[in-house]
Amino acid sequence: MDRIKLFIPLIIFVVLAAMLYWGLGRDPNAMPSALISRSVPAFQLPDLGQFKPAGDGSATAVIAEADMLDETLFLGHVSLLNVWATWCISCRVEHPYLLDIAESGVRIIGLNYKDEAAAAQQWLSKLGDPYTHTIADTKGGLGLDLGVFGAPETYLVDHLGVIRYKHVGVVDDRVWRTKLQSRYQALVDVLASGAE
Amino acid sequence: MIAELGHFALILSLCLACAQALIPLAGTLSNKSLWIATARPLSCGQFVFVAISFACLVTVFVQDDFSVAYVANNSNSLLPYYYKVSAVWGAHEGSLLLWVLILAGWTLAVAMFSRSLPADMVARVLSVMGMISVGFYLFMLLTSNPFERLLPFPPVDGKDLNPLLQDIGLIIHPPMLYMGYVGFSVAFAFAVAALMAGRMDSAWARWTRPWTNAAWSFLTVGIFLGSWWAYYELGWGGWWFWDPVENASLMPWLAGTALIHSLAASEKRGLFRSWTLLLAILAFSLSLLGTFLVRSGVLTSVHAFATDPTRGVFILAFLGVVIGGSLLLFALRSSTLGATASFNWLSREAGLLLNNVLLVVALAMVLLGTLYPLLADVLGWGKISVGPPYFNFFFVPLGLLLMLAMGVGANLQWKRQGSGKLFSLSKAPLLLSPLLAVLWLLLAGWDVKVTSLLGLTAALWLTLFTLQDVVQKSSHSGGRRAGLARLSKSYWGMVIAHLGIAVLAIGITLTSNYSDQRDVRLVAGERIEVAGYGFVFHSVEQIRGPNYIAQRGRFDVSKATKDGGQGASLKPENKAFTSLWPEKRRYLATGNTMTEADIDGGLFRDLYVALGEPLGDGAWSVRVYVKPYIRWIWLGALMIALGGVIAAFDKRYRKARLNVKQTTNVDSSETSPALALAKKEN
Repeated sequence: MDRIKLFIPLIIFVVLAAMLYWGLGRDPNAMPSALISRSVPAFQLPDLGQFKPAGDGSATAVIAEADMLDETLFLGHVSLLNVWATWCISCRVEHPYLLDIAESGVRIIGLNYKDEAAAAQQWLSKLGDPYTHTIADTKGGLGLDLGVFGAPETYLVDHLGVIRYKHVGVVDDRVWRTKLQSRYQALVDVLASGAE
Repeated sequence: MIAELGHFALILSLCLACAQALIPLAGTLSNKSLWIATARPLSCGQFVFVAISFACLVTVFVQDDFSVAYVANNSNSLLPYYYKVSAVWGAHEGSLLLWVLILAGWTLAVAMFSRSLPADMVARVLSVMGMISVGFYLFMLLTSNPFERLLPFPPVDGKDLNPLLQDIGLIIHPPMLYMGYVGFSVAFAFAVAALMAGRMDSAWARWTRPWTNAAWSFLTVGIFLGSWWAYYELGWGGWWFWDPVENASLMPWLAGTALIHSLAASEKRGLFRSWTLLLAILAFSLSLLGTFLVRSGVLTSVHAFATDPTRGVFILAFLGVVIGGSLLLFALRSSTLGATASFNWLSREAGLLLNNVLLVVALAMVLLGTLYPLLADVLGWGKISVGPPYFNFFFVPLGLLLMLAMGVGANLQWKRQGSGKLFSLSKAPLLLSPLLAVLWLLLAGWDVKVTSLLGLTAALWLTLFTLQDVVQKSSHSGGRRAGLARLSKSYWGMVIAHLGIAVLAIGITLTSNYSDQRDVRLVAGERIEVAGYGFVFHSVEQIRGPNYIAQRGRFDVSKATKDGGQGASLKPENKAFTSLWPEKRRYLATGNTMTEADIDGGLFRDLYVALGEPLGDGAWSVRVYVKPYIRWIWLGALMIALGGVIAAFDKRYRKARLNVKQTTNVDSSETSPALALAKKEN
């Protein structure tokens, strides 16, 4: 038994190495969300822009309930819901690309997940703001309801507020073209034909 | 021509490294002393040629030879000469060359300073180091040759060094870090040699300790420089971000710290032998893993791994041979190392065991947090960042526990500690540390928070325990002075390093609890007050650097006025005591903009101003920080490194070479529950 125990480090390493080898050159797939084809969960959260700097370097928001953002935010438009945070390095990587697609007319709602409002505001003013609205989910409650796995994640939400697709990880040109764009366009077309 | 010379020298180093890996080892197996004796000259030769190769790469950088692809990608004719030199290790290929240069340097050092070790031991150690070198040379020559030419159409000018790396901190940070990473190869080689020989005794531990200490000190300085650089160069005002690059250096440090302590038990009491060997293997494996994860870009962008499958496969194969091979050797041979001594649950051995458990848990949790995004990607869950919340959640309690244990542990006696004595020892720290912590916070005028109180208390507990121990150990019939002089260097090293941990912890606690940060919009002439300091924004002017143009702001800093007047102009009674000049630079070759914060540093607080974006109408977004005690973090880190160096110079390690004692199986006949436990542990 003692002899076998000595092999444990080796076994751990072999498993790890096998995993790495298996992952070499593999294309990461999007993880299916449990929430696909269900509505965005109900929420009532402030907009990040409503936070005002407080004395101690943080930022606070004192807002009437009526001014809060809620799930009706998604009605009438096809939107992307992008989960991000300033502590997330991959978010920094995808940020310039979000600015690009926002520029081309895609409506992106930000979900600032478990973050400090002051830092998040600083991030947006420094790197640019691709979001039409940014939901400030400081406690992470909405993230929990959505089944957020980690940042960044991007949800495709149709004009009825129903989640149609979920992408885990960085959105870059390849992801946009191969996974999101056609789905997004299809929903936009549906919306346009419905409006006629 | 010079590039070809460098390339050729690199190939020659590979040949010599192959010889160094094989001949001495074959000599130990077949008992041919002539073969064994080749180890030293071969290591010298290998070092000479890799040094020539490195000098060639430096030369092509200084000469702006843009026909060399690596130079064209990482340098520019406008770059100042010192950045041209540091650009050598600014990217993958060159930093690999620096790596092997340092490895050859450590090999040479082992060859030179091991005259008194048994010849077969030296031969095995140098052979193992030669094997590691072979892997690196092959990797460079086959997949990442820094001397590759861009012919027949060389570019007119280079693409420039990443502006983030154009900084004094980045000139010395990578070499220091690599000195640490690579230095662990010595402990690794000693461990593998011990496994090959099937012999590991306290003499072995005595040989290994100074090398481990030296490497660990370098690594500490390297990490400290990285943190310091991130603080003033990235413009975020933070000093640790838990990003994969930082974690990659922290993991070997944690393993190395555990190794230093378990080596102490192995040397003094012959304990934890297999565990010590495993830690030596682990520390270097993590160094290798760290270097590759960072350098191959696996963690920040998995596709960099995938775009060059040969490189990825090579890395993995190399890791497999080195780590897998040594772990296999460990599994097969470590049980032959013999019995172990017993110890009581209240003893220094138990303290060291607890230290190792805590450090390894911390290590495992950093490893998991760092590799988790990679594993998630491998398993097809997409790219994910595990944020600082995860790390802080685990690290803060572990750090507190570690400090509490450290205070007591270093005071315990070997074998068995009387509990009554221990109680009388702990009385003063137990009462005084929370009291002093509260007093400190009140005197500084901060509100008492649970987090800051806990952090300060733990740090003061450690400090008081350590100082009390110094006082007791230095009591001497010939007076205090004689008593202090009698204490060994390794004891002083421990004291300084432990006090360094306390200083570091105080810095972290106070900075993270009481920093003040403002992001404001300011027009020239406006004034803002942060944490008792007034900042007047004067003007922004354009200046020109060697390879950039910059907007440079001027801020005059004074003590705050009583009325706290926003926007008030300068009054004579609050004269500015310093001016800060933050810059916003645009680099000409790449068009990158960089924020250069300006900092007025002090032992008790840093004033930090960074220039954001112009907002129109002469207004700028400005970030102002007041960070109390942040320098203590780096001061502590330096003390820790200093402690490691001092301990490495203990007389005992030099004496040990004159009078090499063989196996010391202490108390192996004794049978007790503790023995059984210790055996199990081994």
